[in-house]
Amino acid sequence: MKAAGPDTARRLSAAILIPLVLFAALALLPLAAQFGPKAYILSLGTRLMIFALAAISLDLILGYGGMVSFGHAAFLGIGGYAAGILVDEGRGDLLLALPLAMAASALFAAATGYVSIRTRGVAFIMITLAFAQMAYFFANTLSAYGGSDGLSLLARSGVAGLPLMKNDTAFFYVVLAILALAFGACRLLVASPFGQALEAVRQNPGRMAAMGYDTDRIKLIAYAISGTLCGVAGFLLANQTEFVSPSYMAWQRSGELIAMVVLGGMGTLHGALLGAVAFLALEEILSDLTPHWRLVFGPILILVVLMGRGGLVGLIGRMRR
Amino acid sequence: MSTTLLVVQMLNGLQLGILLFLIAAGLTLVFGVMDFVNLAHGVQYMLGAYLAVLFWRLTGSFALALPLALVAAFAIGLALELAIFRRLYARDHLDQVLATFGLILILNDGVKALFGNAPLSLPMPEALSGAVRIMDGLSYPLYRLVLIAAGLAVAAGLALLVSRTRAGMLVRAGASDAAMVSALGVDIGRLFSLVFAFGAMLAAFAGAMAAPLLSVESGMGDNLLVLAFVVIVIGGIGSIRGAFVASLIVGLVDTLGRSFATDILKLAFSPSAANQAGPAIASMAIYILMAAILFVRPAGLFPASRSA
Repeated sequence: MKAAGPDTARRLSAAILIPLVLFAALALLPLAAQFGPKAYILSLGTRLMIFALAAISLDLILGYGGMVSFGHAAFLGIGGYAAGILVDEGRGDLLLALPLAMAASALFAAATGYVSIRTRGVAFIMITLAFAQMAYFFANTLSAYGGSDGLSLLARSGVAGLPLMKNDTAFFYVVLAILALAFGACRLLVASPFGQALEAVRQNPGRMAAMGYDTDRIKLIAYAISGTLCGVAGFLLANQTEFVSPSYMAWQRSGELIAMVVLGGMGTLHGALLGAVAFLALEEILSDLTPHWRLVFGPILILVVLMGRGGLVGLIGRMRR
Repeated sequence: MSTTLLVVQMLNGLQLGILLFLIAAGLTLVFGVMDFVNLAHGVQYMLGAYLAVLFWRLTGSFALALPLALVAAFAIGLALELAIFRRLYARDHLDQVLATFGLILILNDGVKALFGNAPLSLPMPEALSGAVRIMDGLSYPLYRLVLIAAGLAVAAGLALLVSRTRAGMLVRAGASDAAMVSALGVDIGRLFSLVFAFGAMLAAFAGAMAAPLLSVESGMGDNLLVLAFVVIVIGGIGSIRGAFVASLIVGLVDTLGRSFATDILKLAFSPSAANQAGPAIASMAIYILMAAILFVRPAGLFPASRSA
């Protein structure tokens, strides 16, 4: 329930304009890639979109639900391992593997969310982190599927028997379609009565409870949806790199996902989109310049926290004023 | 599962528990008093180890390197508090998590830039390098026993400090109502700085003491930080006593689980199934324990009483 006022129109137009520009640019990227190092541009673009999907899923619970999950990378790993294991077992077709990956992520989200949501504030941060570590160490002991060395995929998933994702350009558009679909679905979700209730629970849980809403249930459903969506991102990531390892779930990865959402501006969805793109582009540029790129990246992160209000989306809003 | 092996593993578990307590104590103090989530607490443990190596290289003596490392860690903690952390106390936990995450990136990469990528090692001090015979057929490294004893001494000292001294009283008062303490004329900013630096020093003490046993490398504090989080969540956030009890529980469960889970499973399942499931269950044991405890007591074993 955002404050209505003269600001709303401006924010609405930004909410339409930013994703529109981004998606148009992405759709044209493979064409532009013809004139440069094509394989590199396509793989970077695909990676950007996959992390954008993960960041959007996190924004649902972080920005709208006020749940600071520090273990979201676990879902990347679960989706990734589902892809890897199913391909390994010869059942890698997208039509079977993707729903199974989503089901596994949803199950993990429901089980860990059920315990985590009972805690408040900082304990929630720590317990989500701990559950992700649990998944991380579990993956390390999966000796049948590579253990700590990780698991290479023999091939990308097919789609209904067709090698639709084998070609990098085709895979790029598959990912783009999934991202656009997920973005639209999330937009509808946050505007729906459920999404409104979720935001209200963040703002005033006591009042929502007094009005008869089951606040824990609302949060748990949002958490499960978010985890499932992030599992899709993990599934795609494993297919892109044709490799999955416990490092998918490393807690630094969870921190990076939070950084993407906050860098872009949380609670807007398109902010998460923008944040993921900006984060990975920055990482790409800095790591090209120096192996110690984190020495530059860390201070930027601290400055964004100390100075930045509303991330990139907030900055764009102020520039348009 | 012989008795000697059990005793050795209990001592190893105790040692891990003590290290965890030294880290968790600072974390829980800082959280209890300042309501501040410090992810960078793990890198302060790492800094302690690196500082010990640095001063050992300069002085050639562990006995000199340890106090110098502690002083340096205290100073670094103080500097970080003044430069960054104090701007974050009034922010929400998300901002704190993100800014301290940025600090982890800086410090983990910083030690690589300064000391190189290769892990460093710190030789065991000569006088403590022997082994002690505990019982028939069982001797245990002296240094590890010293580490356990030193940790227990620090825990006892900390308990006295918090419950019996004026500084400790202010810390407890600050934890329950910082605004009121400030209104009564205590310089709350200075109190916060000192508590923070003291916590950093405790973590550095753990790092410096562990340095002769482990390889000193970038990121060495990261996994311990997560374990310390598990500890303070189980113990009750803000409670020193809870941190102590939970540290020992986590240290023992983790160590004993890793050594005996497979053997215990063999009693009920086929050896091959036990060999598969044993390591997996052992690596998840403490997280399952944490989930179980939180399920029954969402505020932990010893919830610190906080006034809204």
